[in-house]
Amino acid sequence: MSTQQTEPATAGPEPRTPAPEPRRRSVTSHARDIKPGFVVKLVLVALVDALGLYGILAAAAVQSWGIVVFLVLALVAVNWVYFSRRMLPGKYLVPGLLFLLVYQLFVMAYTGYVSFTNYGDGHNSTKADAISAIQVQTERRVEGSPTYPVTVLSRGEELGLGIVDEDGDVRVGTPEQPLETVDGAQADGDRITDVEGFEVLGLAQIAQRQGEITELRVPVSDDASEGSLRTQDGSTGYVYTPSVAYDEAADTFTDLETGTVYTPSRYGTFTAEDGSRLTPGWRVGVGFENYTAMFSDSRLSGPFFTILAWTFAFAILSVVTTFGLGLFLAIVFNDPRVRGRRFYRSLLILPYAFPGFLAALVWRGMLNPRFGFINEVLLGGADVPWLTDPWLAKLSILLVNLWLGFPYMFLVCTGALQAIPSDVIESARMDGAGAFRVFRSMTLPLLMISVAPLLISSFAFNFNNFTLIYMLTGGGPNFESSPVLVGHTDILISMVYAVAFESGVKQYGLASAVSILIFVIVGAISYAAFRRTKTLEEL
Amino acid sequence: MRRSIPLVAAALGVTLTLSACSGSSDEPTGDASSAAPELTGTLTVWVDETRIDSFKPVAESYQEETGVQLDLVQKASGDIRTDFVTQVPTGEGPDVVIGAHDWTGEFVNNGVVAPVELGDKAGDFAESAITAFAYDGKQYGVPYAIENIALVRNDALLTETPATFDELVAQGRTAGTPFPVVIQQGDQGDAYHLYPLQTSFGAPVFAQAADGSYTPELALGGEAGTAFAAYLAKLGAEKVLDPAVDGDKAKQAFLDGQTPYIVTGPWYAEAFVEAGMDITVLPVPSAGGEEAKPFVGVQGAFISAKTENSVLANDFVTNYLTTEEIQDELYATGGRVPALTASADKIDDEVLAGFNEAGATGAPMPSLPEMGSVWSFWGTTEVQLIGGQATDPAGAWTAMVTNIQGAIDG
Repeated sequence: MSTQQTEPATAGPEPRTPAPEPRRRSVTSHARDIKPGFVVKLVLVALVDALGLYGILAAAAVQSWGIVVFLVLALVAVNWVYFSRRMLPGKYLVPGLLFLLVYQLFVMAYTGYVSFTNYGDGHNSTKADAISAIQVQTERRVEGSPTYPVTVLSRGEELGLGIVDEDGDVRVGTPEQPLETVDGAQADGDRITDVEGFEVLGLAQIAQRQGEITELRVPVSDDASEGSLRTQDGSTGYVYTPSVAYDEAADTFTDLETGTVYTPSRYGTFTAEDGSRLTPGWRVGVGFENYTAMFSDSRLSGPFFTILAWTFAFAILSVVTTFGLGLFLAIVFNDPRVRGRRFYRSLLILPYAFPGFLAALVWRGMLNPRFGFINEVLLGGADVPWLTDPWLAKLSILLVNLWLGFPYMFLVCTGALQAIPSDVIESARMDGAGAFRVFRSMTLPLLMISVAPLLISSFAFNFNNFTLIYMLTGGGPNFESSPVLVGHTDILISMVYAVAFESGVKQYGLASAVSILIFVIVGAISYAAFRRTKTLEEL
Repeated sequence: MRRSIPLVAAALGVTLTLSACSGSSDEPTGDASSAAPELTGTLTVWVDETRIDSFKPVAESYQEETGVQLDLVQKASGDIRTDFVTQVPTGEGPDVVIGAHDWTGEFVNNGVVAPVELGDKAGDFAESAITAFAYDGKQYGVPYAIENIALVRNDALLTETPATFDELVAQGRTAGTPFPVVIQQGDQGDAYHLYPLQTSFGAPVFAQAADGSYTPELALGGEAGTAFAAYLAKLGAEKVLDPAVDGDKAKQAFLDGQTPYIVTGPWYAEAFVEAGMDITVLPVPSAGGEEAKPFVGVQGAFISAKTENSVLANDFVTNYLTTEEIQDELYATGGRVPALTASADKIDDEVLAGFNEAGATGAPMPSLPEMGSVWSFWGTTEVQLIGGQATDPAGAWTAMVTNIQGAIDG
């Protein structure tokens, strides 16, 4: 803008070379005339840089190198795009692209990654975490051993523990040197106040070396089987012995009493030969097992196909019913002979304005067989099991979804109908076509051109309409005596939820795999359908 | 970005902590006078919305006494357990989490909690409260409150209660109310509220070892279990139990005087007292001949396995939460029976005393990770028996036991 305004004055004397001149000038123009817009840009980019730098430092501090690399590249890209003069389209694209990367591609890639692991209950961390958890969990307090008031001591970097025993003797030890009585130490009651060669740590110093202190194990005597003294709160100590030992070289745990050896298994647990396992396990890759589980695990494959069929039925019927009712009403209220059309139209939008999950909850209450509005008031105290009979529950779901969905279709169809040029319809009538013929051969095909893509997306939406199912029936009524807890109205996505989260043991890997399967199904159907709609446009 | 925001915040915290540590450890440690800064640490404690108000004064008094700041982070009660399991391994979890004892198995199974050592203090607590947090021979949480369900009677409608559940139903019908008794169900079932009836048939969910701890061996099947299943079907056919009556409806029915009896816990009883109702809390009468034992739930504090403040966290949980003063305070604000015997003995509230008495015979809810596989099958089958969908009670119950065993075995 600014360069164009100054162009006529400078270009005047040299009419033959107008183009290079302003460009060269514009390169240096920031220095001469800084416009408010540039200042705003500078401040915004500086803010982004500052945030990004903060993120880089923070991510580097916890060694999340993936995030560091991403942030560095993103910052370079942002600065380059916004300060380069040649990246005009980029200026509009970069924010969107970055958000696409983070919110869509990253999430998809991560879901894909999880679907190849056994991530879930019992396997939710790394092997190192699992080993340390097993070590801590299997350490036993020596039966009948007393409670010692302990004092934390330090000798340079080395930490030690001191106790005052029953005889009033002060005994001090470090991890390398078992507890032994020292002379000349002073104690106040059962707390040691001064030991030669050691410093008595105060609370503040204890707070600074907490990790080291809870890791500290001071052997009670030269005999390792007598256990070692440790403290968890820096003031009270107990004697513990481990019940299993980890062999770092062999990467195995050995039960010290029975001698059972636990070796790492393919599924990320330390497993003995008899099949017994130490918990917790850790996350490992399991290949395609999560993908094949739906078909190979007999407990899942039975309900899987029933539910797959209902999912398709639900999605297709939902689209057909809502579109049918919406179109019918749109045609009715598009007729100029209907009075008060605006009023009716705004009334019809009401369900659309309700949040879906809330509406589903309200309907759940109204359909309650004993107290619900429908049975109690509308049907005069009838006992219709709306949500507990398999077929009625399916019908209820379709009806509620019709109630929720038809206003959208009504809106869409109204818009599309009004966009159809009236002279086309007029000429059809002139040719002698009846009302039905006009609708079938003219209105509907013209309507479908603009509405078909919306029907496809509506199908995709309903295929994954978790909210409605979860809030209205919770997938119930459940299949009787079924080995997995899914029900007659469960669709694929709510089945994933039931199997992976509600069955007690969380299986994020399995849930991710089925999510990806659903994505593939919906994607394939949408792709095929969109290709079909192209033929509509050729009419 | 979504993931990195908490990460960034955590990272900054780590950076600051690291720099603070490195800064002070550079100082010569031999010089005791200069290397004694004020004790200022920070503990992050996760607590859900139902418990946070009780813990606010505790956090303040702890800071005053020790100089350690207690950051209470409010988590939604539906998420706190799952979030703890998923976030501790990433280093973003809290130092301490306040919750219910039946989370123990899942936490241990995932390696996200550290054992605590109560030592001799364990003897000062109600025995069921201590065993509730024990798992595989180790203690994983410090209890502070106990709760359980019982039979609540509306004294305005009836004043005497018979000894068996069948008699109670018959007597309830004479009260002239729409329901003789309500036990909340909902369309997913509610095994928790039916458990006293089930145990009165001699069918506890898991077998118990001699020391009261549970073994992962299912005990709810067999003849006792199928007898209970038949009884449920009978109660359902007689409309004593109804899947349409969920928690809210049960509470409202009792508040409206539509039933003389409700089986519920102190959470609803509070509302009844507030509404000015004259109520009496009694043990649930036996239905199957044996004693009706409700589940006992214990609230307490767990320490994260990956806390960087292990000493402070242990000090707070084992030395501070266990004091009589704090247990008294948590009772005053939380309205549950304290886990510490000395504090529990001071209760003069008749309603709570009634719950305490009804729970005296109860057993802690199992905290085994296997329990997670039980609830849904259990509730679903019970609601199918009550609703009449399962026409063969014994067969449905046996199939349920098989399915639960299958889910446990994976």
